[in-house]
Amino acid sequence: MEQDWLWGLLGGLMIGSAAALYLLVNGRIMGASGILGGLVDGSARKVATERLAFVAGLVGVPALAVLVAGGAETHLTSNLWVVVAAGLLVGLGTRLANGCTSGHGVCGISRLSARGIVATLIYLLAGGVTVALFRHGLGVI
Amino acid sequence: MRPLLAALSGALFGLGLWVSGMTDTTKVQGWLDIFGAWDPTLAFVLGGAILPMAVAWRLTPGRSPVLGGTFPAPPEPSIGRGLAIGSVLFGMGWGLAGLCPGPAMASLAWGGTGGAVFLIAMIAGMVAAPPLRRRLDPPAAPA
Repeated sequence: MEQDWLWGLLGGLMIGSAAALYLLVNGRIMGASGILGGLVDGSARKVATERLAFVAGLVGVPALAVLVAGGAETHLTSNLWVVVAAGLLVGLGTRLANGCTSGHGVCGISRLSARGIVATLIYLLAGGVTVALFRHGLGVI
Repeated sequence: MRPLLAALSGALFGLGLWVSGMTDTTKVQGWLDIFGAWDPTLAFVLGGAILPMAVAWRLTPGRSPVLGGTFPAPPEPSIGRGLAIGSVLFGMGWGLAGLCPGPAMASLAWGGTGGAVFLIAMIAGMVAAPPLRRRLDPPAAPA
């Protein structure tokens, strides 16, 4: 679609505003992998309520919006082996790196953190090479 | 108040992920497909998201969060092995499926079985990470 960039910009501003709200009001970094990771590995017991509330909003409100809008598609591959491998890599990788697209990419780059910038460059490069290899090389995805 | 504001932030984050196209794996893989039909949409998403946060960080010095406590300390400048290796693994998984952690959660309701399988595998990877992270970057090791 021609307006994709406009929706991208609008959605991006919403993502950044959500991160700004979480920082300025709650004093926290809005990193999706850190928020979920701390809940599931037991390292965030003291702030579990706050994090569970964040996840509830993150899962529940888009669900309602998409219901009202009449549905949406993720276009995720139907190859479950790829899905499982990708999920494991994303979970393990983001927790080893201590951040993902939201934590390193949005919150890190915006404060000119060297770690955020380096992590983002690395995962973008790794993602680009992976798509090139598995789409154009092996034809798997 | 803290959980309420956290839920609001999560809701706005999730709506933004959906509106921007981050929950559509076609768009994400199109952005990463620099050698194919490259889709630049995600540059606008990332740029749009960084703007409000850059303003927010400028408001933090000398202040405290509205609901009390302190703002997060500046990140350590060191780039450890965990950061480098973890980011490579994350990028590979992101490229393979086109989902990162935020969109994987936001799209749970309409992502079908595949979306749920991805989330379960992602959580398994997260649970497996701490011992490996301690091995890659031992707390007492010199930088």
